Amino acid sequence: MGGHLRLQPRTEQRVVQFFMYLMTSIAVLVLVFILVVILKNGLPQLNLEFLTKNPADMGREGGILSTIVATIFLTFIALLVATPLGVGTAIYLTEYTVESRITRIIRFGAECLAGIPSIIFGLFGFILFVNKLKFGWSILSGGLTLAFMVLPTIIRTSEEAIKAVPSAYRLVSFSLGSTRWQTVTRVVLPSAIPGIVTGVILSIGRSIGETAAVIFTAGSALRMPTSLFSSSRTMSVHFYILAKEGVSMPKAYGTAAVLVISILVINIVTYYLMEKYIKRKS
Amino acid sequence: MKQRGILVRDFSHYYGETRSLNNINLDVYRNEILGIIGPARSGKSTFLACLNRLNDLIPGSRVEGKILVDDQDIYGPEVDVVALRRKLGMVFATPVPLPLTIYENIVFGVRLLGNNNRRELDRIVEDSLEKAGLWAEVKDRLHTSALKLSGGQQQRLCIARVLALKPQYIMLDEPTSGLDPISTMKIEDSLRTLKKDYTIILVTNNTKQAARVADRTAFFLMGELVEIDETPVVFTRPSDKRTEAYLEGKFG
Repeated sequence: MGGHLRLQPRTEQRVVQFFMYLMTSIAVLVLVFILVVILKNGLPQLNLEFLTKNPADMGREGGILSTIVATIFLTFIALLVATPLGVGTAIYLTEYTVESRITRIIRFGAECLAGIPSIIFGLFGFILFVNKLKFGWSILSGGLTLAFMVLPTIIRTSEEAIKAVPSAYRLVSFSLGSTRWQTVTRVVLPSAIPGIVTGVILSIGRSIGETAAVIFTAGSALRMPTSLFSSSRTMSVHFYILAKEGVSMPKAYGTAAVLVISILVINIVTYYLMEKYIKRKS
Repeated sequence: MKQRGILVRDFSHYYGETRSLNNINLDVYRNEILGIIGPARSGKSTFLACLNRLNDLIPGSRVEGKILVDDQDIYGPEVDVVALRRKLGMVFATPVPLPLTIYENIVFGVRLLGNNNRRELDRIVEDSLEKAGLWAEVKDRLHTSALKLSGGQQQRLCIARVLALKPQYIMLDEPTSGLDPISTMKIEDSLRTLKKDYTIILVTNNTKQAARVADRTAFFLMGELVEIDETPVVFTRPSDKRTEAYLEGKFG
Protein backbone atom coordinates (compact mmCIF):
# COMPACT_ATOMS: atom_id res chain seq x y z
CA MET A 1 0.00 0.00 0.00
CA GLY A 2 1.59 3.24 -1.10
CA GLY A 3 0.58 6.82 -0.95
CA HIS A 4 0.97 7.29 2.77
CA LEU A 5 3.91 9.09 4.19
CA ARG A 6 5.19 6.72 6.82
CA LEU A 7 7.60 8.01 9.41
CA GLN A 8 9.54 6.06 11.91
CA PRO A 9 7.68 6.26 15.25
CA ARG A 10 10.64 7.99 16.84
CA THR A 11 10.94 10.53 14.05
CA GLU A 12 7.21 11.10 14.13
CA GLN A 13 7.41 11.69 17.85
CA ARG A 14 10.12 14.30 17.30
CA VAL A 15 8.22 16.09 14.56
CA VAL A 16 5.06 16.25 16.64
CA GLN A 17 6.99 17.44 19.66
CA PHE A 18 8.66 20.15 17.59
CA PHE A 19 5.33 21.54 16.42
CA MET A 20 3.87 21.36 19.94
CA TYR A 21 6.78 23.37 21.29
CA LEU A 22 6.52 25.81 18.40
CA MET A 23 2.84 26.48 18.97
CA THR A 24 3.21 26.83 22.74
CA SER A 25 6.17 29.16 22.24
CA ILE A 26 4.20 31.39 19.87
CA ALA A 27 1.44 31.75 22.46
CA VAL A 28 3.87 32.58 25.23
CA LEU A 29 5.93 34.86 22.97
CA VAL A 30 2.91 36.98 22.12
CA LEU A 31 2.27 37.51 25.83
CA VAL A 32 5.92 38.32 26.48
CA PHE A 33 6.01 40.71 23.51
CA ILE A 34 2.95 42.61 24.76
CA LEU A 35 4.33 42.81 28.29
CA VAL A 36 7.74 44.00 27.09
CA VAL A 37 6.34 46.72 24.81
CA ILE A 38 3.89 48.00 27.43
CA LEU A 39 6.28 47.90 30.34
CA LYS A 40 9.27 49.27 28.38
CA ASN A 41 7.26 52.30 27.31
CA GLY A 42 5.04 52.53 30.38
CA LEU A 43 7.26 51.87 33.38
CA PRO A 44 9.36 55.04 32.94
CA GLN A 45 6.11 57.04 33.27
CA LEU A 46 5.21 55.45 36.58
CA ASN A 47 5.91 57.31 39.77
CA LEU A 48 3.96 58.29 42.85
CA GLU A 49 2.68 61.46 41.19
CA PHE A 50 1.26 59.48 38.26
CA LEU A 51 -0.77 57.34 40.64
CA THR A 52 -1.87 60.06 43.06
CA LYS A 53 -2.63 63.09 40.87
CA ASN A 54 -5.65 63.71 38.69
CA PRO A 55 -5.12 64.22 34.96
CA ALA A 56 -4.59 67.81 33.86
CA ASP A 57 -4.69 69.46 30.44
CA MET A 58 -6.81 66.66 28.87
CA GLY A 59 -4.38 64.09 30.20
CA ARG A 60 -1.17 65.62 28.87
CA GLU A 61 -0.11 66.47 32.40
CA GLY A 62 -0.68 65.04 35.86
CA GLY A 63 -1.52 61.47 36.77
CA ILE A 64 -4.43 59.09 36.37
CA LEU A 65 -5.91 58.90 39.87
CA SER A 66 -9.49 59.72 38.85
CA THR A 67 -9.43 57.02 36.16
CA ILE A 68 -8.13 54.45 38.63
CA VAL A 69 -10.94 55.32 41.05
CA ALA A 70 -13.53 55.21 38.26
CA THR A 71 -12.26 51.81 37.12
CA ILE A 72 -12.48 50.40 40.63
CA PHE A 73 -16.02 51.72 41.20
CA LEU A 74 -17.28 50.54 37.84
CA THR A 75 -15.82 47.09 38.25
CA PHE A 76 -17.10 46.86 41.81
CA ILE A 77 -20.66 47.71 40.77
CA ALA A 78 -20.51 45.31 37.83
CA LEU A 79 -19.43 42.42 40.05
CA LEU A 80 -21.77 43.40 42.88
CA VAL A 81 -24.69 43.01 40.48
CA ALA A 82 -23.44 40.19 38.27
CA THR A 83 -22.12 37.80 40.95
CA PRO A 84 -25.38 37.19 42.86
CA LEU A 85 -27.36 37.13 39.62
CA GLY A 86 -24.96 34.74 37.92
CA VAL A 87 -24.40 32.42 40.86
CA GLY A 88 -28.14 32.46 41.57
CA THR A 89 -28.90 31.48 37.99
CA ALA A 90 -26.30 28.72 38.15
CA ILE A 91 -27.77 27.39 41.40
CA TYR A 92 -31.24 27.44 39.88
CA LEU A 93 -30.10 25.63 36.74
CA THR A 94 -28.14 22.93 38.56
CA GLU A 95 -29.92 22.38 41.88
CA TYR A 96 -33.51 23.48 41.53
CA THR A 97 -34.62 22.21 38.14
CA VAL A 98 -34.22 19.12 36.07
CA GLU A 99 -32.90 19.41 32.52
CA SER A 100 -35.79 20.62 30.41
CA ARG A 101 -36.66 22.86 27.51
CA ILE A 102 -36.63 25.85 29.87
CA THR A 103 -33.15 25.22 31.24
CA ARG A 104 -31.88 24.74 27.70
CA ILE A 105 -33.44 28.04 26.64
CA ILE A 106 -31.85 29.85 29.62
CA ARG A 107 -28.49 28.32 28.85
CA PHE A 108 -28.77 29.11 25.15
CA GLY A 109 -29.70 32.68 26.06
CA ALA A 110 -26.63 33.02 28.25
CA GLU A 111 -24.42 31.62 25.48
CA CYS A 112 -25.82 34.12 23.01
CA LEU A 113 -25.29 36.93 25.48
CA ALA A 114 -21.64 35.87 25.71
CA GLY A 115 -21.25 36.16 21.95
CA ILE A 116 -22.57 39.71 21.60
CA PRO A 117 -19.86 42.29 20.79
CA SER A 118 -19.20 44.62 23.69
CA ILE A 119 -20.03 47.71 21.65
CA ILE A 120 -23.59 46.39 21.31
CA PHE A 121 -23.74 46.14 25.11
CA GLY A 122 -22.57 49.76 25.12
CA LEU A 123 -25.42 50.74 22.82
CA PHE A 124 -27.89 48.77 24.92
CA GLY A 125 -26.64 50.42 28.11
CA PHE A 126 -26.79 53.82 26.46
CA ILE A 127 -30.41 53.34 25.43
CA LEU A 128 -31.63 51.68 28.64
CA PHE A 129 -29.60 53.16 31.50
CA VAL A 130 -28.35 56.47 30.14
CA ASN A 131 -31.50 57.55 28.31
CA LYS A 132 -34.54 55.54 29.33
CA LEU A 133 -33.78 55.28 33.05
CA LYS A 134 -32.10 58.71 33.00
CA PHE A 135 -28.98 57.61 34.90
CA GLY A 136 -27.02 59.68 32.38
CA TRP A 137 -23.39 58.97 31.57
CA SER A 138 -22.44 57.67 34.95
CA ILE A 139 -20.64 55.08 36.99
CA LEU A 140 -23.99 53.43 37.63
CA SER A 141 -24.88 53.10 33.92
CA GLY A 142 -21.41 51.81 33.11
CA GLY A 143 -21.36 49.36 36.01
CA LEU A 144 -24.77 47.91 35.16
CA THR A 145 -23.82 47.56 31.50
CA LEU A 146 -20.65 45.72 32.44
CA ALA A 147 -22.67 43.53 34.81
CA PHE A 148 -24.79 42.26 31.92
CA MET A 149 -21.71 41.79 29.79
CA VAL A 150 -19.93 39.54 32.30
CA LEU A 151 -23.07 37.73 33.47
CA PRO A 152 -22.71 34.80 31.03
CA THR A 153 -19.13 34.18 32.16
CA ILE A 154 -20.20 34.01 35.79
CA ILE A 155 -23.18 31.78 35.05
CA ARG A 156 -21.09 29.40 32.98
CA THR A 157 -18.13 29.09 35.37
CA SER A 158 -20.39 28.82 38.44
CA GLU A 159 -22.48 26.16 36.77
CA GLU A 160 -19.40 24.11 35.91
CA ALA A 161 -18.07 24.52 39.46
CA ILE A 162 -21.38 23.46 41.02
CA LYS A 163 -21.72 20.49 38.70
CA ALA A 164 -18.25 19.32 39.70
CA VAL A 165 -19.32 18.91 43.35
CA PRO A 166 -19.74 15.14 43.88
CA SER A 167 -23.42 14.17 43.97
CA ALA A 168 -22.63 11.91 46.95
CA TYR A 169 -22.14 15.07 49.04
CA ARG A 170 -25.68 16.14 48.23
CA LEU A 171 -27.11 12.71 49.03
CA VAL A 172 -25.29 12.63 52.38
CA SER A 173 -26.45 16.14 53.18
CA PHE A 174 -30.08 15.28 52.44
CA SER A 175 -29.82 12.03 54.40
CA LEU A 176 -28.63 14.04 57.42
CA GLY A 177 -31.85 16.00 57.30
CA SER A 178 -30.94 19.16 55.44
CA THR A 179 -33.29 21.04 53.19
CA ARG A 180 -32.32 21.79 49.61
CA TRP A 181 -31.28 25.32 50.52
CA GLN A 182 -29.14 24.08 53.43
CA THR A 183 -27.52 21.58 51.09
CA VAL A 184 -26.74 24.36 48.63
CA THR A 185 -25.33 26.80 51.18
CA ARG A 186 -23.52 24.40 53.49
CA VAL A 187 -22.23 21.72 51.15
CA VAL A 188 -22.43 22.66 47.48
CA LEU A 189 -21.30 26.30 47.48
CA PRO A 190 -18.32 25.87 49.85
CA SER A 191 -17.01 23.15 47.55
CA ALA A 192 -17.71 25.19 44.43
CA ILE A 193 -16.16 28.45 45.68
CA PRO A 194 -12.77 28.11 43.92
CA GLY A 195 -14.49 27.63 40.56
CA ILE A 196 -16.92 30.47 41.17
CA VAL A 197 -14.10 32.80 42.16
CA THR A 198 -12.28 31.94 38.94
CA GLY A 199 -15.29 33.19 37.01
CA VAL A 200 -15.42 36.36 39.08
CA ILE A 201 -11.72 37.04 38.44
CA LEU A 202 -12.17 36.53 34.71
CA SER A 203 -15.02 39.02 34.89
CA ILE A 204 -12.97 41.55 36.83
CA GLY A 205 -10.33 41.32 34.14
CA ARG A 206 -12.88 41.88 31.40
CA SER A 207 -14.49 44.78 33.25
CA ILE A 208 -11.20 46.54 33.85
CA GLY A 209 -10.16 46.12 30.24
CA GLU A 210 -13.48 47.00 28.60
CA THR A 211 -13.59 50.16 26.52
CA ALA A 212 -16.41 50.12 23.99
CA ALA A 213 -19.22 49.31 26.41
CA VAL A 214 -17.97 51.85 28.93
CA ILE A 215 -17.34 54.85 26.72
CA PHE A 216 -21.03 54.84 25.72
CA THR A 217 -22.37 54.49 29.24
CA ALA A 218 -19.95 55.99 31.75
CA GLY A 219 -18.78 58.77 29.50
CA SER A 220 -15.26 60.15 29.52
CA ALA A 221 -15.17 63.01 32.04
CA LEU A 222 -11.77 63.40 33.64
CA ARG A 223 -13.04 64.70 36.97
CA MET A 224 -12.77 62.63 40.10
CA PRO A 225 -16.12 60.83 40.43
CA THR A 226 -18.09 62.00 43.45
CA SER A 227 -21.21 59.85 43.25
CA LEU A 228 -22.77 56.94 41.41
CA PHE A 229 -24.12 59.45 38.94
CA SER A 230 -20.80 61.06 38.06
CA SER A 231 -19.71 60.74 34.48
CA SER A 232 -16.21 59.35 34.57
CA ARG A 233 -13.41 57.86 32.55
CA THR A 234 -11.90 54.45 33.25
CA MET A 235 -8.25 53.59 32.62
CA SER A 236 -9.05 51.71 29.42
CA VAL A 237 -11.08 54.59 28.03
CA HIS A 238 -8.38 57.02 29.11
CA PHE A 239 -5.77 54.98 27.27
CA TYR A 240 -7.96 54.78 24.19
CA ILE A 241 -8.56 58.53 24.07
CA LEU A 242 -4.94 59.46 24.82
CA ALA A 243 -3.67 57.17 22.10
CA LYS A 244 -6.34 57.65 19.47
CA GLU A 245 -6.47 61.40 19.66
CA GLY A 246 -2.71 61.63 19.98
CA VAL A 247 -2.94 63.53 23.26
CA SER A 248 0.07 61.93 24.87
CA MET A 249 1.60 58.58 23.98
CA PRO A 250 3.84 58.47 27.08
CA LYS A 251 0.84 58.95 29.37
CA ALA A 252 -1.08 56.35 27.35
CA TYR A 253 1.69 53.81 27.88
CA GLY A 254 1.83 54.68 31.56
CA THR A 255 -1.90 54.01 31.88
CA ALA A 256 -1.55 50.72 29.98
CA ALA A 257 1.25 49.63 32.31
CA VAL A 258 -0.92 50.28 35.38
CA LEU A 259 -3.77 48.33 33.74
CA VAL A 260 -1.63 45.34 32.88
CA ILE A 261 0.12 45.27 36.24
CA SER A 262 -3.13 45.47 38.22
CA ILE A 263 -4.65 42.59 36.26
CA LEU A 264 -1.52 40.52 36.84
CA VAL A 265 -1.57 41.32 40.56
CA ILE A 266 -5.26 40.45 40.91
CA ASN A 267 -4.66 37.11 39.20
CA ILE A 268 -1.65 36.24 41.30
CA VAL A 269 -3.25 37.20 44.60
CA THR A 270 -6.44 35.27 43.88
CA TYR A 271 -4.52 32.25 42.72
CA TYR A 272 -2.57 32.31 45.97
CA LEU A 273 -5.70 32.72 48.12
CA MET A 274 -7.49 29.89 46.33
CA GLU A 275 -4.53 27.56 46.83
CA LYS A 276 -4.71 28.30 50.54
CA TYR A 277 -8.48 27.80 50.60
CA ILE A 278 -8.28 24.44 48.84
CA LYS A 279 -5.46 23.27 51.14
CA ARG A 280 -7.48 24.19 54.20
CA LYS A 281 -10.49 22.24 52.91
CA SER A 282 -8.71 18.95 52.29
CA MET B 1 -44.31 -10.11 71.65
CA LYS B 2 -41.78 -7.81 70.06
CA GLN B 3 -42.78 -4.26 69.27
CA ARG B 4 -43.08 -3.38 65.63
CA GLY B 5 -41.38 -0.16 64.51
CA ILE B 6 -41.81 -0.21 60.76
CA LEU B 7 -44.67 -1.81 58.84
CA VAL B 8 -44.41 -2.21 55.08
CA ARG B 9 -47.67 -3.12 53.36
CA ASP B 10 -48.22 -3.96 49.67
CA PHE B 11 -45.42 -1.59 48.82
CA SER B 12 -44.19 -1.16 45.25
CA HIS B 13 -41.74 1.33 43.80
CA TYR B 14 -41.20 2.44 40.21
CA TYR B 15 -38.46 4.31 38.38
CA GLY B 16 -40.49 5.67 35.49
CA GLU B 17 -42.05 2.57 33.94
CA THR B 18 -39.62 0.13 35.53
CA ARG B 19 -40.84 -1.56 38.68
CA SER B 20 -37.98 -1.85 41.14
CA LEU B 21 -39.91 -3.13 44.17
CA ASN B 22 -42.91 -5.39 43.83
CA ASN B 23 -45.53 -5.71 46.54
CA ILE B 24 -43.28 -5.86 49.59
CA ASN B 25 -44.78 -6.83 52.95
CA LEU B 26 -42.58 -6.92 56.02
CA ASP B 27 -42.20 -5.64 59.59
CA VAL B 28 -39.15 -4.32 61.34
CA TYR B 29 -39.06 -4.94 65.11
CA ARG B 30 -37.61 -2.49 67.56
CA ASN B 31 -34.02 -3.07 68.67
CA GLU B 32 -33.35 -5.80 66.18
CA ILE B 33 -30.82 -6.00 63.42
CA LEU B 34 -32.68 -6.86 60.25
CA GLY B 35 -30.33 -8.12 57.59
CA ILE B 36 -31.34 -7.71 53.95
CA ILE B 37 -29.50 -9.89 51.49
CA GLY B 38 -29.88 -10.45 47.77
CA PRO B 39 -27.95 -10.13 44.51
CA ALA B 40 -27.19 -6.81 42.82
CA ARG B 41 -30.26 -5.00 41.49
CA SER B 42 -32.61 -6.91 43.75
CA GLY B 43 -34.07 -3.69 45.17
CA LYS B 44 -32.29 -3.69 48.55
CA SER B 45 -30.87 -0.18 48.25
CA THR B 46 -34.08 1.16 46.71
CA PHE B 47 -35.94 -0.25 49.69
CA LEU B 48 -33.76 1.73 52.10
CA ALA B 49 -34.15 4.88 50.00
CA CYS B 50 -37.93 4.43 50.18
CA LEU B 51 -37.83 4.20 53.98
CA ASN B 52 -36.32 7.68 54.41
CA ARG B 53 -37.66 9.06 51.14
CA LEU B 54 -34.28 9.73 49.58
CA ASN B 55 -35.96 8.26 46.49
CA ASP B 56 -37.84 11.59 46.27
CA LEU B 57 -34.65 13.06 44.82
CA ILE B 58 -34.75 10.80 41.80
CA PRO B 59 -36.93 12.13 38.97
CA GLY B 60 -39.60 9.67 37.91
CA SER B 61 -39.67 7.87 41.24
CA ARG B 62 -43.16 6.66 42.23
CA VAL B 63 -44.58 4.46 45.00
CA GLU B 64 -47.68 2.39 45.70
CA GLY B 65 -48.81 0.89 49.00
CA LYS B 66 -47.92 1.97 52.49
CA ILE B 67 -44.99 2.28 54.84
CA LEU B 68 -45.72 3.09 58.48
CA VAL B 69 -42.87 4.24 60.70
CA ASP B 70 -43.93 4.49 64.36
CA ASP B 71 -47.55 4.42 63.15
CA GLN B 72 -47.04 7.33 60.77
CA ASP B 73 -47.71 6.88 57.05
CA ILE B 74 -44.45 8.28 55.67
CA TYR B 75 -45.96 8.96 52.25
CA GLY B 76 -48.87 10.83 53.79
CA PRO B 77 -49.40 14.52 53.02
CA GLU B 78 -48.49 15.73 56.53
CA VAL B 79 -45.06 14.14 56.64
CA ASP B 80 -42.02 16.25 57.50
CA VAL B 81 -39.45 14.59 55.25
CA VAL B 82 -36.52 16.32 56.94
CA ALA B 83 -37.60 14.98 60.34
CA LEU B 84 -38.15 11.54 58.82
CA ARG B 85 -34.58 11.46 57.49
CA ARG B 86 -33.26 12.32 60.94
CA LYS B 87 -35.30 9.53 62.45
CA LEU B 88 -33.98 6.98 59.95
CA GLY B 89 -30.25 7.66 59.72
CA MET B 90 -28.49 6.35 56.64
CA VAL B 91 -24.96 5.05 56.12
CA PHE B 92 -23.93 4.55 52.49
CA ALA B 93 -21.80 1.88 50.86
CA THR B 94 -18.96 4.26 50.07
CA PRO B 95 -17.95 6.32 53.09
CA VAL B 96 -18.55 9.94 52.17
CA PRO B 97 -17.06 12.36 54.68
CA LEU B 98 -17.98 15.90 53.74
CA PRO B 99 -14.91 18.05 53.00
CA LEU B 100 -14.89 19.37 56.58
CA THR B 101 -13.08 18.52 59.79
CA ILE B 102 -13.92 15.38 61.75
CA TYR B 103 -15.70 17.56 64.31
CA GLU B 104 -17.75 19.48 61.75
CA ASN B 105 -18.77 16.26 60.00
CA ILE B 106 -20.23 14.92 63.22
CA VAL B 107 -22.13 18.09 64.12
CA PHE B 108 -23.31 18.80 60.56
CA GLY B 109 -26.83 17.53 61.20
CA VAL B 110 -26.98 19.09 64.67
CA ARG B 111 -26.04 22.51 63.37
CA LEU B 112 -28.80 22.25 60.75
CA LEU B 113 -31.26 22.45 63.62
CA GLY B 114 -29.64 25.68 64.75
CA ASN B 115 -27.89 24.18 67.75
CA ASN B 116 -24.50 25.89 68.02
CA ASN B 117 -23.87 25.53 71.74
CA ARG B 118 -20.18 24.67 71.87
CA ARG B 119 -20.32 22.61 75.04
CA GLU B 120 -23.29 20.60 73.83
CA LEU B 121 -21.67 20.01 70.44
CA ASP B 122 -18.46 18.84 72.14
CA ARG B 123 -20.45 16.35 74.15
CA ILE B 124 -22.33 15.08 71.09
CA VAL B 125 -19.06 14.63 69.18
CA GLU B 126 -17.44 12.62 71.96
CA ASP B 127 -20.56 10.59 72.59
CA SER B 128 -21.17 9.73 68.93
CA LEU B 129 -17.54 8.87 68.18
CA GLU B 130 -17.39 6.75 71.32
CA LYS B 131 -20.47 4.77 70.26
CA ALA B 132 -19.07 4.27 66.76
CA GLY B 133 -15.81 3.04 68.27
CA LEU B 134 -13.70 5.82 66.78
CA TRP B 135 -13.15 8.21 69.70
CA ALA B 136 -9.82 6.80 70.89
CA GLU B 137 -8.34 6.96 67.41
CA VAL B 138 -9.30 10.53 66.55
CA LYS B 139 -9.75 12.43 69.80
CA ASP B 140 -6.47 14.31 69.32
CA ARG B 141 -7.23 15.44 65.79
CA LEU B 142 -10.89 16.34 65.81
CA HIS B 143 -10.18 19.56 63.98
CA THR B 144 -8.27 18.05 61.08
CA SER B 145 -9.85 17.10 57.77
CA ALA B 146 -12.05 14.01 57.79
CA LEU B 147 -10.76 13.20 54.31
CA LYS B 148 -7.41 12.16 55.82
CA LEU B 149 -8.93 9.20 57.73
CA SER B 150 -8.56 5.64 56.44
CA GLY B 151 -11.54 3.99 54.69
CA GLY B 152 -12.57 2.05 57.79
CA GLN B 153 -12.29 5.13 59.99
CA GLN B 154 -14.27 7.18 57.47
CA GLN B 155 -17.09 4.63 57.57
CA ARG B 156 -17.18 4.69 61.38
CA LEU B 157 -17.18 8.48 61.15
CA CYS B 158 -20.25 8.23 58.93
CA ILE B 159 -21.92 6.01 61.53
CA ALA B 160 -21.02 8.51 64.27
CA ARG B 161 -22.41 11.31 62.11
CA VAL B 162 -25.72 9.47 61.90
CA LEU B 163 -25.73 8.78 65.66
CA ALA B 164 -25.31 12.50 66.32
CA LEU B 165 -28.76 13.00 64.77
CA LYS B 166 -30.25 10.89 67.59
CA PRO B 167 -32.10 8.67 65.13
CA GLN B 168 -34.30 5.76 66.11
CA TYR B 169 -33.40 3.66 63.12
CA ILE B 170 -30.02 3.19 61.47
CA MET B 171 -29.99 1.96 57.90
CA LEU B 172 -26.72 0.75 56.48
CA ASP B 173 -26.29 0.05 52.77
CA GLU B 174 -23.45 -2.45 52.36
CA PRO B 175 -21.38 -0.48 54.88
CA THR B 176 -18.35 -2.75 54.74
CA SER B 177 -18.24 -3.54 51.03
CA GLY B 178 -15.04 -1.56 50.51
CA LEU B 179 -13.35 -2.36 53.80
CA ASP B 180 -10.71 -4.81 55.03
CA PRO B 181 -11.67 -7.67 57.41
CA ILE B 182 -10.46 -5.89 60.56
CA SER B 183 -12.38 -2.69 59.81
CA THR B 184 -15.38 -4.85 58.96
CA MET B 185 -15.13 -6.62 62.30
CA LYS B 186 -14.97 -3.31 64.17
CA ILE B 187 -18.12 -2.09 62.45
CA GLU B 188 -19.96 -5.35 63.11
CA ASP B 189 -18.97 -5.06 66.79
CA SER B 190 -20.38 -1.54 66.97
CA LEU B 191 -23.63 -2.71 65.38
CA ARG B 192 -24.11 -5.39 68.03
CA THR B 193 -23.65 -2.74 70.73
CA LEU B 194 -25.82 -0.17 69.01
CA LYS B 195 -28.79 -2.48 68.74
CA LYS B 196 -29.53 -1.95 72.44
CA ASP B 197 -30.54 1.62 71.66
CA TYR B 198 -31.42 1.56 67.98
CA THR B 199 -33.24 -0.47 65.40
CA ILE B 200 -30.85 -1.43 62.63
CA ILE B 201 -31.49 -2.37 59.02
CA LEU B 202 -28.38 -3.77 57.40
CA VAL B 203 -28.27 -4.30 53.65
CA THR B 204 -25.37 -6.50 52.72
CA ASN B 205 -24.25 -8.56 49.75
CA ASN B 206 -22.05 -10.54 52.06
CA THR B 207 -24.39 -13.29 53.27
CA LYS B 208 -21.92 -14.33 55.98
CA GLN B 209 -22.20 -10.86 57.46
CA ALA B 210 -25.96 -11.24 57.78
CA ALA B 211 -25.41 -14.64 59.40
CA ARG B 212 -22.97 -13.06 61.88
CA VAL B 213 -24.91 -10.00 63.01
CA ALA B 214 -28.54 -10.05 61.88
CA ASP B 215 -31.32 -11.24 64.20
CA ARG B 216 -33.62 -11.73 61.27
CA THR B 217 -32.78 -11.87 57.59
CA ALA B 218 -34.81 -10.92 54.55
CA PHE B 219 -33.95 -12.18 51.08
CA PHE B 220 -34.74 -9.88 48.17
CA LEU B 221 -34.69 -11.01 44.56
CA MET B 222 -35.55 -8.90 41.49
CA GLY B 223 -37.59 -6.45 43.53
CA GLU B 224 -39.48 -9.10 45.46
CA LEU B 225 -39.23 -10.22 49.05
CA VAL B 226 -38.66 -13.94 48.77
CA GLU B 227 -38.62 -14.69 52.47
CA ILE B 228 -37.97 -13.19 55.87
CA ASP B 229 -37.35 -15.10 59.09
CA GLU B 230 -35.03 -15.57 62.05
CA THR B 231 -31.50 -15.60 60.67
CA PRO B 232 -30.69 -19.21 61.70
CA VAL B 233 -33.89 -20.37 60.02
CA VAL B 234 -33.15 -18.58 56.76
CA PHE B 235 -29.62 -19.96 56.68
CA THR B 236 -30.33 -23.54 57.72
CA ARG B 237 -33.90 -24.26 56.67
CA PRO B 238 -34.91 -21.69 54.06
CA SER B 239 -38.50 -22.17 52.96
CA ASP B 240 -37.89 -21.09 49.38
CA LYS B 241 -35.68 -22.88 46.86
CA ARG B 242 -34.37 -19.58 45.50
CA THR B 243 -33.05 -18.59 48.95
CA GLU B 244 -31.29 -21.90 49.26
CA ALA B 245 -29.78 -21.55 45.81
CA TYR B 246 -28.57 -18.02 46.54
CA LEU B 247 -27.03 -18.96 49.89
CA GLU B 248 -25.24 -21.89 48.29
CA GLY B 249 -23.76 -19.50 45.75
CA LYS B 250 -25.60 -20.94 42.76
CA PHE B 251 -26.33 -17.44 41.50
CA GLY B 252 -25.76 -13.90 42.58
